[in-house]
Amino acid sequence: MKLFDRKNLVLVCSLLLVAKSNASADEVQFNRDIRPILANHCFACHGPDAAQREAELRLDLESAAKADRDPKVIVAHNAKSSELTTRINSADHDLVMPPIEFEKPLSTKQKALLTQWIEQGAPWDDHWAFVSPTSPPLPTVKQEWVNNAVDQFVVTRMRELNNDLRPSPIASRVTLIRRLSFDLRGLPPTMEEVAGFVASGDYESVVDAMLASEQFGERLGMYWLDLVRYADSGGYHSDVSIHISPYRDYVIQAFNENMPFDQFTREQLAGDLLPNPTQRQIIATGYNRLNKTTEEGGAQPGEYLTKYAADRVRTTSGTWLGLTLGCCECHDHKYDPFTTKDFYRFVACFADIEEKGVYGGSKRDPEIKVATAPQAKQLAKLEKQLALLQSQVKDATQGEAVQKQIDVIKEQRTAIEKQFVRTMITRSVEPTVIRVLPRGDWLNSSGAVVDPGVPEHFGKETSPREQRFTRLDLANWIVAKENPLTSRVFVNRLWKMFFGRGLSSRLDDLGIQGEWPTHPALLDYLSVRFVDSGWNVKQIIKLIVMSRTYQQSSTLRPMDISADPINLYFARQSRWRLEAEFIRDNILSVSGLLDLTIGGPSVFPYQPSGYWRYLNFPTRTWKSDSGTSQYRRGLYTHWQRTLVHPAMLALDAPTREECTAMRSISNTPAAALTLLNDPTFVEAARALAARAVQLGGERENDKIRWLFLQVLSRPDTQQERGAVVQILKTAREHYTDDPQAAVQLQTNGLFKLESTVDVIEVSAWTMVCRVVLNLSETITRN
Amino acid sequence: MQRQPFENENNQPMLNTLANRRQFLGRASGGLGMTALACLLRAEESQSTGLMPGIEGGLHFPARAKRVIFLCMAGGPSHLESFDYKPKLAEMHGKPMPETYTTNQPIAQLQGQKLICQQPMIPFQKHGDSGIEISDVFPHIGKMADELCVIKSMHTDQINHDPAHTVMNTGTSISGRPSMGSWVTYGLGSVASDLPGFVVLTSKGGRNPQPIATRQWHSGFLPGRYQGVQFHSAGSPVYYVQNPAGVSKDLQGQVIDTVNKLNGLRNRKVKNPDISTRIKQYELAFQMQDSVPQLMDIADESQATLDLYGVTKADGSFAYNCLLARRMAEQGVRFIQLYHRGWDHHNDLVKYMGICGGLCDQATAALIQDLKQRDMLKDTLIIWGGEFGRTPMAQTNKGAVGRDHHMRAFSMFMAGGGVKGGTTYGNTDELGYDAVEHPVHVNDLHATMLHLLGLQHDRLTIRYQGRDFRLTDIAGEVIQDIIA
Repeated sequence: MKLFDRKNLVLVCSLLLVAKSNASADEVQFNRDIRPILANHCFACHGPDAAQREAELRLDLESAAKADRDPKVIVAHNAKSSELTTRINSADHDLVMPPIEFEKPLSTKQKALLTQWIEQGAPWDDHWAFVSPTSPPLPTVKQEWVNNAVDQFVVTRMRELNNDLRPSPIASRVTLIRRLSFDLRGLPPTMEEVAGFVASGDYESVVDAMLASEQFGERLGMYWLDLVRYADSGGYHSDVSIHISPYRDYVIQAFNENMPFDQFTREQLAGDLLPNPTQRQIIATGYNRLNKTTEEGGAQPGEYLTKYAADRVRTTSGTWLGLTLGCCECHDHKYDPFTTKDFYRFVACFADIEEKGVYGGSKRDPEIKVATAPQAKQLAKLEKQLALLQSQVKDATQGEAVQKQIDVIKEQRTAIEKQFVRTMITRSVEPTVIRVLPRGDWLNSSGAVVDPGVPEHFGKETSPREQRFTRLDLANWIVAKENPLTSRVFVNRLWKMFFGRGLSSRLDDLGIQGEWPTHPALLDYLSVRFVDSGWNVKQIIKLIVMSRTYQQSSTLRPMDISADPINLYFARQSRWRLEAEFIRDNILSVSGLLDLTIGGPSVFPYQPSGYWRYLNFPTRTWKSDSGTSQYRRGLYTHWQRTLVHPAMLALDAPTREECTAMRSISNTPAAALTLLNDPTFVEAARALAARAVQLGGERENDKIRWLFLQVLSRPDTQQERGAVVQILKTAREHYTDDPQAAVQLQTNGLFKLESTVDVIEVSAWTMVCRVVLNLSETITRN
Repeated sequence: MQRQPFENENNQPMLNTLANRRQFLGRASGGLGMTALACLLRAEESQSTGLMPGIEGGLHFPARAKRVIFLCMAGGPSHLESFDYKPKLAEMHGKPMPETYTTNQPIAQLQGQKLICQQPMIPFQKHGDSGIEISDVFPHIGKMADELCVIKSMHTDQINHDPAHTVMNTGTSISGRPSMGSWVTYGLGSVASDLPGFVVLTSKGGRNPQPIATRQWHSGFLPGRYQGVQFHSAGSPVYYVQNPAGVSKDLQGQVIDTVNKLNGLRNRKVKNPDISTRIKQYELAFQMQDSVPQLMDIADESQATLDLYGVTKADGSFAYNCLLARRMAEQGVRFIQLYHRGWDHHNDLVKYMGICGGLCDQATAALIQDLKQRDMLKDTLIIWGGEFGRTPMAQTNKGAVGRDHHMRAFSMFMAGGGVKGGTTYGNTDELGYDAVEHPVHVNDLHATMLHLLGLQHDRLTIRYQGRDFRLTDIAGEVIQDIIA
């Protein structure tokens, strides 16, 4: 039975593939159909890596693949005379390609494609993502269904796939506002917001409001922090706390202010090299210092400086370019046209950064002392008061009294300034000499000295040769209009944020082993539009979420199952479990505990005691926050790289040791135990229960209805009510029989019940709330 | 395990594997509902207890071992005072270390210091019929000599603890890669029905212990269910496994039942295979709330067994953890990793070796013996060793003499699970500096371990960032000579 089902699965999928290739039936496309075959089956020995190259043959370059040699590998329009065709079809074990021991044989279909391609004249294109995008013409679509350009591309592509496939209907208003709220703020909508939108139906106003909310910066920021591997600890050895939270707040503020993405890029990579940089621009350069660092006694500085440099190349190329340049540390890239020299040229771009291989303690100079985001707000307020008073003091009759007020405010200002926090920054010093390290060996100084620059495949640097290529030059190159990667990479990742899958499904590699986009024209259109808009992040997001495509229902129809079971063509929306931080934010929000303060030093929510037992030099204990900072959003949780908060880990938050473009989403018992038993979740259930009892109305049914509206934005169904009433009854009996247990239950977390509240009743409702907070629907964006 | 035509958002090849089929059904699909595919998922979920492997097609070879118990002696025990006796080093005692060895070699705490030969500080004896030389730190392990295969020619790439552990666990020092326990459970799944497939236990004692990162048992870019789970003997044995204060077991069961009931109702409407999976995970979570405390409670062990291990109570000692390892092995846990932290002997090496030996020797031998008498040693692979070795040169900057970190040579041993007992493999030079005869890199150790488990190391791969990654990175050779 099982086997039979497995076959079915394969069958469905092969049908899908046939449908896909039938779309443009006879035309073989090099980038879509041929290069992936060559890359995966041939490049390991006939690719960019000179050290591994066999038979002096390269198949990654057109000139080499079609070179005049005997026998010729590729003879256009003549498959029979092409050695390539002969060898892939050879029955001789010694001749057949790929070699049998390589264990990557070609399928019949792949062989046919290669043959067909040669017969078509073997047309060659550069790798799609290495060619600057040009704005494709907007396809004309008759349908009224279309809202904006996004839909024109999506509907056209849908037709190409399968003429029977139709877009899904628009989702319900409740679903839409929940989707928007989670996607744009990482938070659920309030009951009032839902009611307002259900009544008005004014979708665009909701979009605008959410884009303008301060939680938007936190939502986008959280994703950015994964890319740049933001964390609060050094990562190696004793994993000491480091000073960097102002950088995190810079990111949030930048997204909130809709800072153009090119400026955002320049400030992080090279804010210190801008003319008259502001303090904010200097804080931004903390980016260059986010690599893991050590303070271990026996560490050799040279070795660790090499590690830091490689870490920086991996992260910078991954964050902005979607490239895996890190592969070239020891050898030329196996698939992409990048060399070891390119890697070390990239390293050299950062050779002017002042840093140490081995630090002492927590300090990682250079650092500066700055106001935290909340402090900056307070200071601005004080300055305003001060200015007002100072204008009064001149012409006031009671000058002395005003002067006293001024003094008080100045004292307050000084008090705040004393509590400024440190943050790592970039300071440019005389660049160190960078050599190619043979096989990445830091002790081997036989390699050639390299100048800073970008990978040679992308041509010349943008600055004149006689001046050293700087970090600022690198940043300018990254955000140059002609750069083929940066805008595609960013837009593709945004698309993933709003549809669950990138237009190219590989978010972290747009190189040759990346995925051919399902919607190449749409990706290019959005990329060009993003650049042309002045790298306007909010504008491109608004375009996406205003589309009809985004607003579709995620409910599956029979036609989806037959025509596009894995939603390659976006004829419906997707659904997925929320990210770790948003699961926390969601339950704190609906329970009324959430503290929406933005920025400041990281916070310490409850963590199982002993979780830090493996830390040493020195040993440390985690002290949970006692005040409202216990209820801050997940992205402010202290990020200990070697011991990420266990609730975060159970819900797939990354360790932030490496650039993460795509989190996995697991579904494990560990996640279930976390949602059931973590004190944060139990406390939220208690607080929510207290609200349900107090605010939910008179009757039991009213309270249940209130609870569902509060958490799920919809009323309960009759069947659901049956189950809820049952657990409520059981729990009520239990706590009536054992009132001491109810008292104990109320000790989970710091939240205090008002003295007037019936502890047994709230405890019984707490069980109901635990049920509702654990529902799949509660943690799912659909 | 070849490249698949399209891949899902988690970078996993989409169609070829059981685990990914689950993801295919559960997520990339956006939900398939009551289709044949979803039925397939449910059939698999219901027929299987335990963790399904992430690959299809079964074993690559007949397996010699079904499970691994990896005894990690964190800190780096000295090979020169454990398994690698070097009389020449005694002759050279007090003389400068020949520069031919040390020129242009990485060095840790001895940077800028005189490099002086240090003789073996602890006597060795020949043990068993095989006559394997083992130091007096390990009298009990000595009695098991004829079960051991000692590899004297281990070497690694990293000279500091954290990166060297990362190499030992993931095959490379670059962070973010899956750990070996995750790879093994990904390749084989686990038959333990209500315990994780990959469990980590730690103990400490000896010199000031090194920190240890969750990275060492992280699943990296493998699915999260293959991540190692830490068990503790103090406090909650597994994080969040205890009911909240004021919630009885019955009530917790009712909460979970209601969650599952409501999820089931919802699923009738939205037909999302993620929900079916989640229902199962909640059931499993509830079972774990029972099974984990049961596992940790050793009241049902005989006095003879407790005496064999030297366990008195559930005290978090290495001995207690060894006993738990056997209990987990019996229940089908696939990969059990024990860390004992305290082997970083920069100074007072004799004293600290004595302490560490006192804490670890008897229990290690007991574990081998106990598995053997239960007829489980034949298919349980035990691996013992640290993340690196220690210098033939003395470290004298503090207290009595010690030895510094050393990556060019160290000793490990394997037992059971299809390895040749009573043998040694490879050798170091006469001063114990370099692995010169049959050098075994960590990648080779991993390749051999996977081979014994029935997995071909270069076929156990996952596509990530455009590359097929594997535990053995770009290297790894199976040591055929040590396989029985």
